[in-house]
Amino acid sequence: MNNFSYTKVSNVQEAISELDGDIRNKIVAGGTNINDLLKYFITKADKLVDINPVSENNSIIRLDNGGIRLGALHTNADTAYDPIIEERYPLLSRAILAGASAQIRNMATNGGNLMQRTRCYYFYDINTPCNKRDPGSGCSAIQGYNRIHAILGQSENCIAVFPSDMCVALAALSATVNIMGPNGERNLAFAEFHRLPGDTPNIDNNLKHGEVITSIDLPRQGFEKNYSYLKLRDRSSYSFALVSVATGFEIENGSIKEARIALGGVAHKPWRNTEAEDFLKDKEPTRENFTAAATILLEGAKGYQQNAFKIELAKRAIIRNCFMALNPESQRPGAKPSL
Amino acid sequence: MTKLPQIGKPISRLEGRLKVTGSAKYAGEYEAEDLLYGYVVNSTITKGKITVIDTTEAKTLEGVIEIFTHENKPSTAWFDFQYADMDAPPGTVFKPLKDNDIKYNGQPIALVVAATFEMARYAATKIKLAYTEEKFETNLQSNLHKARDTKKGLASMLKPPPPKPTGDFEEAYQNSFVQSSGEFKHGTEHHNPMEMFATTVIYEGKDQLKIYDKTQGTINSQMYVANVFGLKMKNVQVIAPFVGGAFGSGLRPQYQLFMAVMASLKLKRNVRVTLDRAQMYTFGHRPPTVQFTKFGAEKNGKVNAIYHKAIGETSQFEDYVEIVVNWANMLYPAENTLLEHQVVPLDVYSPLDMRAPGGSTGMHAIEITMDDLAYKLNIDPLELRLINYSEKDKSSDKEYSSKELRNCYLEGAKKFGWSNRNPEPRSMKRGNKLVGYGMATGIWDANRLLARVQAIMTSDGKVAIKSAVTDIGTGTQTIMTQIAADELGLRLEDITFLYADSKMPFAPIQGGSFTTATVGPAVKAACKALNEKLFRKAKHLKNAVLSEMKFEDVIFSEGFIIVKNNPETKISIAEIFAANGGKEIKTTNTSMPNPLRYGKKARAVHSAVFVEVEVDEELGIIEVKRAVTAVAAGKIINPKTAESQILGGMIWGISKTLHEETITDHNFGKYMNPNLAEYHIPVHADIQDLNVIFVEENDTFVNDLGVKGVGEIGVVGMPPAIANAIFHATGKRINDLPIHFDKLL
Repeated sequence: MNNFSYTKVSNVQEAISELDGDIRNKIVAGGTNINDLLKYFITKADKLVDINPVSENNSIIRLDNGGIRLGALHTNADTAYDPIIEERYPLLSRAILAGASAQIRNMATNGGNLMQRTRCYYFYDINTPCNKRDPGSGCSAIQGYNRIHAILGQSENCIAVFPSDMCVALAALSATVNIMGPNGERNLAFAEFHRLPGDTPNIDNNLKHGEVITSIDLPRQGFEKNYSYLKLRDRSSYSFALVSVATGFEIENGSIKEARIALGGVAHKPWRNTEAEDFLKDKEPTRENFTAAATILLEGAKGYQQNAFKIELAKRAIIRNCFMALNPESQRPGAKPSL
Repeated sequence: MTKLPQIGKPISRLEGRLKVTGSAKYAGEYEAEDLLYGYVVNSTITKGKITVIDTTEAKTLEGVIEIFTHENKPSTAWFDFQYADMDAPPGTVFKPLKDNDIKYNGQPIALVVAATFEMARYAATKIKLAYTEEKFETNLQSNLHKARDTKKGLASMLKPPPPKPTGDFEEAYQNSFVQSSGEFKHGTEHHNPMEMFATTVIYEGKDQLKIYDKTQGTINSQMYVANVFGLKMKNVQVIAPFVGGAFGSGLRPQYQLFMAVMASLKLKRNVRVTLDRAQMYTFGHRPPTVQFTKFGAEKNGKVNAIYHKAIGETSQFEDYVEIVVNWANMLYPAENTLLEHQVVPLDVYSPLDMRAPGGSTGMHAIEITMDDLAYKLNIDPLELRLINYSEKDKSSDKEYSSKELRNCYLEGAKKFGWSNRNPEPRSMKRGNKLVGYGMATGIWDANRLLARVQAIMTSDGKVAIKSAVTDIGTGTQTIMTQIAADELGLRLEDITFLYADSKMPFAPIQGGSFTTATVGPAVKAACKALNEKLFRKAKHLKNAVLSEMKFEDVIFSEGFIIVKNNPETKISIAEIFAANGGKEIKTTNTSMPNPLRYGKKARAVHSAVFVEVEVDEELGIIEVKRAVTAVAAGKIINPKTAESQILGGMIWGISKTLHEETITDHNFGKYMNPNLAEYHIPVHADIQDLNVIFVEENDTFVNDLGVKGVGEIGVVGMPPAIANAIFHATGKRINDLPIHFDKLL
């Protein structure tokens, strides 16, 4: 058998010491992705560090600055249905509920959601080249079946997309990722957490070997009045986004005081461009302005044989979701388009 | 005294409780002493030769018993025909582990047998393999120039080649008042039944096997095993009481059966081989197909010219054939036809019948072309079908045994509200959603083959009915019990239907929507024969109440033989048994269509399908809001299980039209989404309001019961009805399946 050791830890410090800064030691929490990766020989582990018994980081707490701290071990389902989240961060709740299935959301943790890996077909097939799985072997998707692949921020080494819905909302909300490591605590702005593929598509994010995500902080502003999550996909549930959009507005006297727009399903990380958001600032919420913002967001987009449609689709999705954010009550289960 | 008939009642499945409580055992779930587990190793190249297959290290692992490869495979049958099963297409049947030749990606190349499944699977990763690779072709589109006619074989009996050309198509088409032509494509699809393919072989002593197999034909698997491994038929017992879906994938013995039997015979042990989900993609699939249509019509709407050509994929070793182009002229009586079907051999496994094989493919092209003609003629699409309605199958020039399609159209249209449709594309809106109404016709064969059934009555008045037939989830067990109950005049509880065992009387593979029409009449015949035996014995009873009576003068009800016009005069079954010394009374009977009569009429089941879609104008997202299918399928034995069949077919139709595709990477010659996360089928949220209507249809010709079959018809008309509704909503004709929403942007 593929032997690996398995150890349960009861606090974060123990987890860090068991990880020992070694890439071959992996954390397991909900196990909704790592178990598959191990079974299909995509990831190898010498040691699995089970952090489920850790008693910290498994709740939602209010912060002094008016924000909220999401425990890394809190489940996606418990987060989405938490009354505070539903009331103050409904965008996050909607995004989580648009992802995976009820069963997976019950198991999956918030920290694990950030750490999930791409669903590129070639990444999961160990008999095909893939730079993310096997650096230097090549990218099969560029000349292959790339309907689900990236149009923004990709490189010639990798056109995979990051599959999370939750993270698209976290990006829009300007969350912060709290990290503990051998050298103590640090934090990363959400935009700095995930990486673009560049020359190292095997590295998904900036968490270092041996570090642990402890929690995710949400700032006070939750855009609870004007928000919307829209997910466009090939069926109504249990499929990854071809394009998704998280939008939040703060509107005062008929003009946009603050705007947030993040895209999912189009890049190696949730895609945000503050230029587009700045453009909308102090403007009226009109189709013309939304269209201009969408154009800015899609600047530099490049499609391949099967996914070029995503460029136009993303623009239209952004515009639609801006209007949906103006009428959040119109939203439908599964983040289907409304209006 | 007469009991309410069971036929026509919506009886819940008799085995339903076992299934929903997990008590029903499937092929891979039978326990056996010291059971060994086999894991199959599959080729990772598409074409070439194995140059090295080194099992040395794998064999040293604890618990590994044996590893079978082409280098040490025990000898099996020599001749091709010994491998041929009831559903084998013309050609050379694939023989697992025959030699080092790789014919397709995923080909089974070794079987690891170990004490646990996990160890067998792990040891499989320790086999060292080297190949020489050869150039391969898996892309139908880029190989259409290689299309050729198909070989003929036994399978051609149920799948006849296209009818010969009639009239002068070219001239008629050129001179038509309107013309419509189209090109239609769909890719590979896989059956994906819930149950994994598995075989558990119980080694019962020298050359004697009891086999639990996932199959749609116990005797088909039994024949295959006996022929391939040189065993006596009576020493091979194949059992399959529960089948967790199959949809055609169990019509042929699959390689896990070969592997498990081979290992069991060689090791003289009990062996189980279970294939995983990805391995289900390494045998059999609906073939990608390209179709071309050209229909011409006169000003009054009469279709006078039909051209329909299909080019389907097949393997390099068998010519898989399905009926794609024969349907149009069975429905629409054009005088000038040209129908062609060709195949392109590629480096893939042989395609395999998948629910409504050929019919769902062909009707997609035919009914979209009809819709297009309707627009060009400025005639309502439903009206165009009625204008071209025929009581005859023009292609064979035979009357239909029954055809209530007209009432399907009318009742379906009424239920759906077709008259509310504004024919103008893009004219109907709901908010910013475009609304489309589309309709299409469905047709499928109503066939009947030979079956034998045994009926045994015991002294307690209970009856056992025996047939080798399977129940692939369609309700066969329940339906056969209903048929027997009515014929014998007994309650359902008095009947036990024993089935899915090759030791029982012959039944063919369960497919083609012909099971109820094949086994049902045999059940009825055996029960009638049993009644006759009882009657003869009753006549000889001492009290001689019935001695002057004819069989026609009595009825059988609740354990009595009763004189029809004098119900007070009756003999109890108990009396007959008492006189018979309590011995059981049994009979085995064969039932088949009369070969002199059966071919004289055309036989088909029909449907009319109406669909409403909503399309988000800006984003293209498609929702099937509701659908009505009206079916004429003869007598419906059990409206509940029959409705389930039609609903399942309709859902599959939605799947086929909007979701389902096996993604093939032709650079590697392999399927890229062999799992249910990425092979999309509809989720609950995709299925909205579906309605089924069974239109009354009396048919005394097809068989004694007047039943046709409902297994396939539900899926046939859905893809074109949805595509036509999308056209009505958006003005866009999308002829390729699945219709991804981005095609509407």
